[in-house]
Amino acid sequence: MPAVQETVDQVRSLDVDQYKYGFFTEIETEKAPKGLSEDTVRFISAKKNEPEWMLEWRLEAFRRWLTMREPDWARVSYPPIDYQDLYYYSAPKRPSELSIDDIDPEILATYEKLGIPLRERDALLGIASGGTKVAVDAVFDSVSVATTFKEELSKAGVIFMPISEAVREYPELVKKYLGSVVPVTDNYFATLNSAVFSDGSFVYVPKGVRCPMELSTYFRINERNTGQFERTLIIADEGAYVSYLEGCTAPMRDENQLHAAVVELVALDDAEIKYSTVQNWYPGDKDGKGGIFNFVTKRGDCRGDRSKISWTQVETGSAITWKYPSCILRGDNSQGEFYSIAISNGRQQVDSGTKMIHLGKNTSSRIISKGIAAGYSDNTYRGLVTAHRKATGARNFTNCDSLLIGDKCGAHTVPYIESKNSSAQFEHEATTSKISDDQLFYCRQRGLDPEEATALIVNGFVKDVLQQLPMEFAVEAQKLIAVSLEGSVG
Amino acid sequence: MALLDIDNLHAKIDGEHGKEILKGLSLKVNPGEVHAIMGPNGSGKSTLSYILAGKEDYEVTDGTVTLDGEDLLEMEIDERAAKGVFLAFQYPVEVPGVATMTFLRASLNAQRKKRGEAEVSTPDFLRLVKDKAAHLGINQDMLRRGVNVGFSGGEKKRAEILQMAILEPKLCVLDETDSGLDIDALKVVSEGVNALRSPDRAMIVITHYQRLLNHIVPDFVHVMNKGRIVRSGGKELALELEANGYAEYQQDAA
Repeated sequence: MPAVQETVDQVRSLDVDQYKYGFFTEIETEKAPKGLSEDTVRFISAKKNEPEWMLEWRLEAFRRWLTMREPDWARVSYPPIDYQDLYYYSAPKRPSELSIDDIDPEILATYEKLGIPLRERDALLGIASGGTKVAVDAVFDSVSVATTFKEELSKAGVIFMPISEAVREYPELVKKYLGSVVPVTDNYFATLNSAVFSDGSFVYVPKGVRCPMELSTYFRINERNTGQFERTLIIADEGAYVSYLEGCTAPMRDENQLHAAVVELVALDDAEIKYSTVQNWYPGDKDGKGGIFNFVTKRGDCRGDRSKISWTQVETGSAITWKYPSCILRGDNSQGEFYSIAISNGRQQVDSGTKMIHLGKNTSSRIISKGIAAGYSDNTYRGLVTAHRKATGARNFTNCDSLLIGDKCGAHTVPYIESKNSSAQFEHEATTSKISDDQLFYCRQRGLDPEEATALIVNGFVKDVLQQLPMEFAVEAQKLIAVSLEGSVG
Repeated sequence: MALLDIDNLHAKIDGEHGKEILKGLSLKVNPGEVHAIMGPNGSGKSTLSYILAGKEDYEVTDGTVTLDGEDLLEMEIDERAAKGVFLAFQYPVEVPGVATMTFLRASLNAQRKKRGEAEVSTPDFLRLVKDKAAHLGINQDMLRRGVNVGFSGGEKKRAEILQMAILEPKLCVLDETDSGLDIDALKVVSEGVNALRSPDRAMIVITHYQRLLNHIVPDFVHVMNKGRIVRSGGKELALELEANGYAEYQQDAA
């Protein structure tokens, strides 16, 4: 664990409560009028020069949304959200689709501060210093501001572009797959997203192609009172492979901000998609003021035989997290995986987990979830594993561990298991433990200060999941874990 | 000046009705010396080791402890470690998921940093561990496993001595290091400890049994009972205790 020292340095360099990405960028923006109506939906669609079918799709979602109720079954509580008091579209004024040099320098500077190079030559410098090549799509408020390495990817036949462009350039692909995993009517937040989504990433990896580099999207909410509703659609055609990383940050604000994203993954025969997230939205201050409300629907469809979808997430931010990346194991012999580290501190509330829906024969899934609660936070794992009547030979292994730091926080595990096929084998293991005074004393007797000791113990606890992350992300995640737990030992 | 100077130390278990455990204990330890502390169960031996290390479950009500003339009781736990106080635990604690190797390195670097020294380089560290581990019969597999996780009693104690060898403390406190060891393991551990004896390092060896002191031969033996040292002598005192037991001291103090 070579990053321990760095972790510790970073912890030291921060004051309590200081969220590293909490800055705000002053830029001119263009917004839709506040509030939500059919006009808002039409405004967004017009801004994106969308074809008529896309507008109809959105309007249908909007009308449906009006008839739905916000879900209340999760173990989170928050004041009612006034959906009419939000902006649903905010875009930097300068044109950004032409070339990287047309992007507002303030935005480039913002991404640089976040450690994400948008200029390809800067990204290439990363290679010289030992990093691997990563293509980035950067989404700033409601629009995608840059996508790097597009040309190199297109040589391999890989399409990687903002979804708003894909709607115009690849309408057949979008029509075929959009909403095919998360239907428009799926749930309150997904339906809202379907009506007002403004941008996000689109990825198509053709038959037999192994995507030559990691793809990633960095989401940034900048503007005040603005909801972010991005939509990601990734399709791996037969025998294709892609690894995709997602990162998120936002400024520190006293008011809550809404983020309701939808991610759909489709894996055809023998295809594999690996989707990793490091979610670091602003969590609010120590008294629970401000922070992002994160209501996200992520689902992968193992549509083809022998396909595989793997979710890995490190959740450290957001005031409220409501998120269940799931796999539909439709193809025979398909595999689903979910590896999660969810950390809550301060007044954060996390209700997260996964669904593994076994439909095909000999499908298998694996769930490793590590929840860490500190401060006054609540951390819930909610999971569903089901085997359909025809899912002969379905197998699942679930392991849910919770670690408590201090005595004011809570950890909860809510697993649902249903099997309609007598040959299915489901295993569930769960533990809850506390960082003991004895462990802290032992580590401190060897010279580690309380924060170093906590970081070390927690890193040990989450090791199984960290190992699943791509290398650069693992190091970043490790640092993030230490920073998130800052001030959690007294 | 003594390396460690304990004067009239009184301490109780933390809390309103905490029981007093140390009742006026005094002890001077010079560099290079090995002191054995023996005594019956409940005499306060382990408490003494915890108080020297700074465990927070105790409250010192009277007396002083200095290390190299500095007030030890004022220092944080990790500060004491960086100043050279090492406690070999009677029951070493498990830290799952943290490889022993990682733990050793994090500890060493944390101490070096507190002392204003540079971090140890990877090749130097690997060489250091390889060398010290070999002497204690610790293989690569053990170094890769989580700290003390799934270790046998003997492996745990050997791992403690390895940590001691890597951290090179000034004052080693060994709390019943012989408990749970068979004869062969006792020998390996004792040899490891003896290899660390040096003119500028002192040791306090806490034990119930003479057996350990056949291998780690002390310069002084102290008998502890009811929170203080009731008799001190040379290494022959341990043999006498082995023959006669602690009964006479328990009566004396009553």
